[in-house]
Amino acid sequence: MTANRDIVPSRRRPRRQWIGLLYIAPAIALVVAFFAVPLVMTAWMSLHNWPLIGRRRWIGFGNYLTLWNDHGFWNALQFTVFYTIAATIGLLAVGLALALFVERPRPGVNLYRTAFFLPVVVGFASASLLWAWLSNVDSGLFSPLAQLLGLTAAPYDLNADFTPAFWSVTLMVVWKMSGFYMVILMSGLQAVPADYHEAARIDGATWLQRFRYITLPLIRRPLALALILAVTGSMLAFDQFYIILAGGPQNQTVTAVYWIFNQSFVSFRLGYGAALSMVLLGILLILSLVQLRLLRSGEDGR
Amino acid sequence: MTVSTISGAVASPRRRMPRRIDIMSHAAGILVALLFLAPIAWAVLATFKSRSEAAQPPLPPWPTEGISLDNFRTLENFGAGILHHTLNSLIVAIATTALTILVSVLAGYGFSRYRFPLKGFFFVLVLATMMVPFQSILTPLFLILAELKLQNTLVGLVLIYVTLQLPFSVFMMRNAFDAVPPEIAEAARIDGVTGLRLLIHVLGPLVMPGIVSVGLIAFLNAWNEFLAALVLLTSQDNYTLPVLLTAVRAGHYGSIDWGAVQAGVTIMMIPCLILFLALQRHYIRGLTAGAVK
Repeated sequence: MTANRDIVPSRRRPRRQWIGLLYIAPAIALVVAFFAVPLVMTAWMSLHNWPLIGRRRWIGFGNYLTLWNDHGFWNALQFTVFYTIAATIGLLAVGLALALFVERPRPGVNLYRTAFFLPVVVGFASASLLWAWLSNVDSGLFSPLAQLLGLTAAPYDLNADFTPAFWSVTLMVVWKMSGFYMVILMSGLQAVPADYHEAARIDGATWLQRFRYITLPLIRRPLALALILAVTGSMLAFDQFYIILAGGPQNQTVTAVYWIFNQSFVSFRLGYGAALSMVLLGILLILSLVQLRLLRSGEDGR
Repeated sequence: MTVSTISGAVASPRRRMPRRIDIMSHAAGILVALLFLAPIAWAVLATFKSRSEAAQPPLPPWPTEGISLDNFRTLENFGAGILHHTLNSLIVAIATTALTILVSVLAGYGFSRYRFPLKGFFFVLVLATMMVPFQSILTPLFLILAELKLQNTLVGLVLIYVTLQLPFSVFMMRNAFDAVPPEIAEAARIDGVTGLRLLIHVLGPLVMPGIVSVGLIAFLNAWNEFLAALVLLTSQDNYTLPVLLTAVRAGHYGSIDWGAVQAGVTIMMIPCLILFLALQRHYIRGLTAGAVK
């Protein structure tokens, strides 16, 4: 797009064009200072033993060798991938169900949309603090609710064991974020011409057949986009596991970003934290590229 | 549960749905909507319970011993007082909003209306910020702010928040300026209105919807951001609300004042909810424009 416009000869005098640089200068200054330089610095730091105070020392790929044998990091990464799969499935399934429910105009549909979307605008920190309260065993809601429903006799500490704690946090994320995916998928659904469904219906296709052979192929692009956003977002999860579970029980819910945070800002091994960051960055870039290809192939399908 | 209703809605957009399915669909919809709203309502209601009642499980969710502001008072004892930290958060969010709008409008205008060397490169550079998660460059950010004597300051935090907003905001504003018909700028130019005056007096009002979207999303992101604030603000006086409340949630000597936490959560949620309800259309448009294109 940009390239095209550059080729088109401008009617304005060339002298004026340099002013354009002036307009973008503040944005570029910020991006250089707080994005480009730190990115290069991360790579540089990862090759050093770099404590917060004291001398830093060049150690080549030493950090990466340490990292290779760092079970804590690989466990954290494995957990993050597990969480990403669970959260992504939950978000896309619930998001799509909500989108199907609210796509067509009808009485009250705006109220539904607003209600489903409202948790999205609440911050992750707020939602996590809220969930920490609801799930705590002393004065929370979930334990007495479970007792009321006869699921458990004694007060039940949901956050004491990995499985219930993990699914509770995942449920929170689905509650908080599925409205976002609803909006993305809704715009895709609305672009599917109603005639297609009408025609298929006349031919005797069931709802499931129409969903499988008309809706799904036609919303492949927004679906791929939702997938990319859900995967990237989940791979970077931190707030909810830090605030609700503090990485517990037994450090089983420490995510990749959480591990990096601990190494860099609790143990102050800045060089090592940078090496971990580089690895996470590499993984995310590969994931994004793979998924972008998916998005492209979605385009070809049209 | 919703399957039957959806089949009805999709199958016959023009025909009236059978009444029974209609009612069932709305019953299901209302139930799910209430489930989505329940946690928010529970938190807000718990805020107004007395101190002793807030320590009990929230059944029923509403205060039964009369409405009390105890929990807000308790929050006064944390950090430098809840008002101080709310002000910190407000300053950060408002400054981020203002600066994001200023920088992205200028850049969007520059990218849309001017040709200059390396333009494509600079545009990609700004957008590249989106590809690299800021979580992975936090350590150097910490050191750079120290170098600039901005460590542990709200100003430093604002500069980082603005940078994080730029890819989306510049992209959005570039598109907004692109969408203005060239005849309008041309007509203004013939009248002798150019440069900054053209931007402020002629094009500014035309791209106002874009500005509102950019500003709203910048405000909400800055108001809610947690990790960067946790890492970069090292003295308690400077804590924004999410960082302060995480400290409250961690508790004193093993006991956690959940009533105070809920009061804090309510204070954090209310501005988001009000802004969203007031400017819903701009928010959704910004979101879909940023995500879909």
